[in-house]
Amino acid sequence: MMIKATINKIEVEVEEGTTILEAARIVGFKIPTLCYNPDLKPEGSCGICVVEVEGAPAMKRACMTRLERGWKVHTNTAKVRKARKEIVELILSNHEMDCLVCVKNQSCELQHVASLVGINTLTYPRIEKKWAVDTTSPSIIRDQNKCILCGRCIQICSNIQTVNALTLDQRGFNTQISDAFNEGMGNSVCVNCGQCTVYCPVGALYEKSHTDKVWEALNDPDKHVVVQEAPAVRAMLGEEFGMETGTLVSGKMHAALRRMKFDAVFDTNFTADLTILEEGTEVVGRIKANKNIPLITSCSPGWVKFLETFYPHLIHLASTAKSPQAMFGTLSKTYYAELKGIPPEKIVSVSIMPCTAKKFEAERPELRSSGYQDVDYVLTTREIARMMKEAGIDLREMPDEPADDPLGEYTGAATIFGATGGVMEAALRSAYFLITGRELENIDILAVRGMTGIKEMEINIDGLALKVAVAHGLGNARILLDKVSAQLANEGKSEYHIIEVMACPGGCVGGGGQPWGSDMARRARRNETLFAEDRSLPLRRSHQNPSITAIYEKFLGHPNSEKSHHLLHTHYFKRSPVDGKVVSE
Amino acid sequence: MYKETILKKFEPRLDNILYILHELQDNNEQHYVSKEDLKLCADYLSVPYSFVHGVATFYTMFSLTPRGRNIIRLCDSPPCHLMGSGSLLDYLKNKLKIDVGETTKDGVFTLELTSCLGVCGVAPALMMNNATIGKLTPEKVDAILEERRKSL
Repeated sequence: MMIKATINKIEVEVEEGTTILEAARIVGFKIPTLCYNPDLKPEGSCGICVVEVEGAPAMKRACMTRLERGWKVHTNTAKVRKARKEIVELILSNHEMDCLVCVKNQSCELQHVASLVGINTLTYPRIEKKWAVDTTSPSIIRDQNKCILCGRCIQICSNIQTVNALTLDQRGFNTQISDAFNEGMGNSVCVNCGQCTVYCPVGALYEKSHTDKVWEALNDPDKHVVVQEAPAVRAMLGEEFGMETGTLVSGKMHAALRRMKFDAVFDTNFTADLTILEEGTEVVGRIKANKNIPLITSCSPGWVKFLETFYPHLIHLASTAKSPQAMFGTLSKTYYAELKGIPPEKIVSVSIMPCTAKKFEAERPELRSSGYQDVDYVLTTREIARMMKEAGIDLREMPDEPADDPLGEYTGAATIFGATGGVMEAALRSAYFLITGRELENIDILAVRGMTGIKEMEINIDGLALKVAVAHGLGNARILLDKVSAQLANEGKSEYHIIEVMACPGGCVGGGGQPWGSDMARRARRNETLFAEDRSLPLRRSHQNPSITAIYEKFLGHPNSEKSHHLLHTHYFKRSPVDGKVVSE
Repeated sequence: MYKETILKKFEPRLDNILYILHELQDNNEQHYVSKEDLKLCADYLSVPYSFVHGVATFYTMFSLTPRGRNIIRLCDSPPCHLMGSGSLLDYLKNKLKIDVGETTKDGVFTLELTSCLGVCGVAPALMMNNATIGKLTPEKVDAILEERRKSL
C-alpha cells in the first residue's frame, strides 16, 4: 500500500514500510548516516540520521523509522543540525584522530560525515584512553582506538557469516569489540574472511599488511620475485584508480606489475585451471567409487577454516586439491624453479588476492610442499593498489599486456573462479569432458550464477544425474551443510554430488581484501565482469589450456598422479570452536 | 559433574542466561565466571561463546577474573557520596592496599563499587558479600573487616 507524507514540505508517496531515510532519498534529500549500511539491518547505534517529525516528542532516527501516513518530516532544522554536530563531536572526543597516518585516510566514513555535518571545532574535552592494538591474527588487525562501536563488524560476522567471532565487551567508556574470550582474534574462531574489514566504516579493522616485505623483496637484487593475481582482482582493482565498478583490468594489471619490477608476472588463473583438472578428476573418481560424496570445494581459505572448526565431521568431503593460490606457490618453487634453473630459496612468491584469509592460508604449516613456505607474501587488492600508487603508477594509463609463461595462460573457466558459482561452472565444463570424452556444448551454466544465497541444479551427464549446490557467504554455507549433515546422518548419503562454497557473499569479488566500501550491489556487477571476460576468451574450458597440457606432459604426469598428490593436494584438521586452533587427535 | 547439576537446574532457554551465570559464579570457589563456566553456559544454551562473553561482561555483577573470599561493594551513588563514601573509599584502599577491582594479596578481600543499594537512609553503605551494612564510619569498617578475617 502506498502512503503519502511530506519531507521538508515536499510531498512524497512511498510503499508502506519505507524508512524515512529511503523516502528522503527519493525526493532528493541525502540524510547523513554513519552506522547504517544498506546490506545490514539498521541498528541506529550512532544517531547521526536524526530528523524532526512534526508533533513527535523526540527526534527520530531516519534509518530505522518507517515513514507513516501524513507525517511532516524535517531533515534540516537547526535542532537537527545541532544534534548531528554534537553526536559527531562526541564520537570524535574519544576517537584517535591521526587521520593522516590511518589506513582509511580519505576513504573513512567518519571523516566524510565530519565534513558533511560541518565540524570545524571540537567543544568536548578529549578522552585519552589508549587501547592495545590486536595483532594476534595472521590476517586482520583490530585497533580499538579507531572504533566508533557502530556494531557493523559484529553484525556481518554473526548474522551474515554466522562465525560469531566478535562481540561487545564491557560497557560504557570501557566498551570495546572483542573476540569470545578477549584473547585476540588470532586466538578465536575468526576464519579471517575479512568481511568485518570491508564493513568497518573507520580504520578499526583492516588487513595485516605485507607491503613492506614485498617492497623489500623487490629491492633485493638477490631475490627472484614472482607474482600471481587471483581471478577476482581484475574485476575490482580499477575501482581503486577511479574506474567504474566492474571495469576489467587484467591486461593493465599485468603491465603495472611488470613496471613495479616483479621478475615474473604470472596469473592465479593458470592454477585455477589446474585446480579444475585436479578437483574434476578427484570428483569423477569419487563418483565412480561412490565414496566421499558430495565433494566440497576447498579454494576458499575462510571457508576451509569454518569447515574445520564447525563441521569437522565433514572434512573428509573437502576436495584435497589445494587452492589455486597454494598450487601456484608450490609450482613457483618447483616447476618454475627447475625450468629456469633458479634455486627455490631465492624465489619470493607473492600473491595478490581479494582476500584476507589467504594470508592465513599462506602461513598454514602444511603448505610447504616445495620445501619452503610455498607462498611468501599475500597482498590484498587494497594493498597492491596502494603500492602501485606509491610507485607512481596510474592503472588507467597502462597498456594491456599478457601474463608471462609458463604459469600465466588461462581459460575463461579460470577467470570465473572469482564469481560465486564460477568454480562449479568451470568444474562442470571439465567434468563433463572427463566423464564422457565429449565437450559440453552449452557451457554457460546460468543456474549456478547470480547472487541467490544457495543455488542448486541437476545436470545429466550420459545418464548420470549429477546434483550440485553452490553457497556463498558462510551463513548460507551453514544452512547447506546442516542439510547435508542431516542427510548423511539419516539416510547415509546426500542428494548432492558436488558443493561449491565461498566464504564471502558474492564469491571472491566480495572478498575481505576488496576496495573499501563495497556493497552487495557492487559485488554483483563485478561478477558480470568476470563472466564477460570468460565470454571474450578463445578457450573457455580448463582442460583445453595448452599450458596445462604442457605442465602435465613435462612435469606432473597426469591429474591426480603421485607427483600431483605430493605437490598439489593437502589435508585438513579438526579445529577447536573455542580458539580455532588445530585439535590434535 | 558438579557444574552439570547447576546447569540442569534451569531449562536450556536463553532467558535463563543470567540465572545460570549467577549460579555458576556463586558456586565458583574464586567467585567469578571462569572461561570454563562461560563455555559450559554457551554450550548448554546452544549460543556462541562470544554471545555469552558479551552478556557476562556487560553486567557488572559478574566478574571474569578471580576474586577474594569476601567481596566488598561500596555504594557509589550520590546520597552515599554526600555522606562521605568518597573518603571511605580512600580509607578502604589504604587499609587493604588495593585499588577498586583488585583483590588483596592474601585473597581475603576484593574491593568493588556498586550503584545504589536502596538504603540511602543509612548512607554511606556497603555490601559485604550478601549483607548490606549502613551508617559506615572508618571504625565500623575496621570492625567489619576484622570480623571477616576472624571468621576464616
